[in-house]
Amino acid sequence: MARAAVLGRLTWQVATLTATRDETATAKTLVLDVPGWPGHLAGQHVDVRLTAPDGYTAERSYSIASPPDGDRLELTVQRIADGEVSPYLTETLEAGDQLELRGPIGGWFVWDPDSAAPVLLVAGGSGVVPLMSMIRARARAGSGNKVPFRLIYSVRTPADALYADELTKRARDDSLGLSYVYTRMAPPGGPAPGRISATVIASAGWPARSPEPPAVFVCGPTGFVEAAARLLIDAGHAPARIKTERFGPTGT
Amino acid sequence: MGIISRGFSGRRRDGGEKLPPGQYLVTDFPVLSAGPTPKVSTGTWQFTLKTEKGQTRSWDWAAFTALPSEQITTDIHCVTKWSKLGTMWKGVAIDTLLDGVDTGASYTMARSYGGYTTNVPLADLRAGKAWIAYEFGGKPLHPEHGGPARLLVPHLYFWKSAKWVTGIDLMERDEPGFWEQLGYHNYGDPWREQRYWGD
Repeated sequence: MARAAVLGRLTWQVATLTATRDETATAKTLVLDVPGWPGHLAGQHVDVRLTAPDGYTAERSYSIASPPDGDRLELTVQRIADGEVSPYLTETLEAGDQLELRGPIGGWFVWDPDSAAPVLLVAGGSGVVPLMSMIRARARAGSGNKVPFRLIYSVRTPADALYADELTKRARDDSLGLSYVYTRMAPPGGPAPGRISATVIASAGWPARSPEPPAVFVCGPTGFVEAAARLLIDAGHAPARIKTERFGPTGT
Repeated sequence: MGIISRGFSGRRRDGGEKLPPGQYLVTDFPVLSAGPTPKVSTGTWQFTLKTEKGQTRSWDWAAFTALPSEQITTDIHCVTKWSKLGTMWKGVAIDTLLDGVDTGASYTMARSYGGYTTNVPLADLRAGKAWIAYEFGGKPLHPEHGGPARLLVPHLYFWKSAKWVTGIDLMERDEPGFWEQLGYHNYGDPWREQRYWGD
């Protein structure tokens, strides 16, 4: 089903906003109804197109946060203060409004639910969105049938973490390994703020040399992905087992 | 025209007239890579041109950077929608590498350290349209952006400009490269918005 969807022609489809959820002060999940949505694989994204009354259009890509679920699609959008599209999606768009999108896009940064390999997810900031789709897709598998998943999630402060309550629940009910790295401000009583490090990778990741080498997905801003990928390679993970997705400016 | 987005006016930035459809302007230089940035030393770097008959020409770093080079100023367009105008590069024209090569090939596959591949018709690499670039903005090309050297084919979406390039194979028949097998357009002309299969 979804596999075939990757291969088809991608036509623009009309989506209707049915609900929103505030995830943080600056990020919102858009719950969309997309009649005829062809299905997707966890980790894929869509292109969104907005059209002004005079015909001017703007397109952006957004990761899918939801697991495959019929015509229902959830996108989590991080508002960029001077952005052209994200302020509209997070502040102006209301339930009942329509927008155009096409997808699913990207056949590489995807988790295959049939794979038996343990999975290590490494997220920086809103890079957790496509990884959340994987966590949610795994949650659907019957108990006893879930491959081991661990998430290392780097955020500035606890208030910046997307899906915090749901991740806590997945850790409790779903044996999701969950470790946070706080870069600016950590909760009281825990470790001081810091960056992702070899120590974090060693304690919260999977050993690289296992009978079934782990599949690793890293998503976040470019600097974060570069740093995390280097640490993972230094820890012995094969570059070919590390899939990355980057976004945002590099400052260069 | 698609459906109108209620309350959306958008922001028409300067330079918009130079942008292919669906693109927006950036002033920084975003990165898109499928995996970790490979460590490639210029001490072991090699570039190999291989014809469809299996004949090869290879250069090490010293020999390659001794080839006649060109300064290139060009706009670049990434399939993830950003465009950057007036980027400045230094590199060796593919025409220079092909000089005197006997080939009847119509297609090519660029190969990179790390295993990445991308296919480009040979005609799109000829006639001053493509280079192997090793400087960006007057400095050695940063590894994140494909250094030591990357293919530069700026008239196609930027995934065709293979980072960490180590060779080009000339082929009689076309074959899809890495992203081209994963749903992205086989040719990738930004002005025709050829992003994905079927565009």
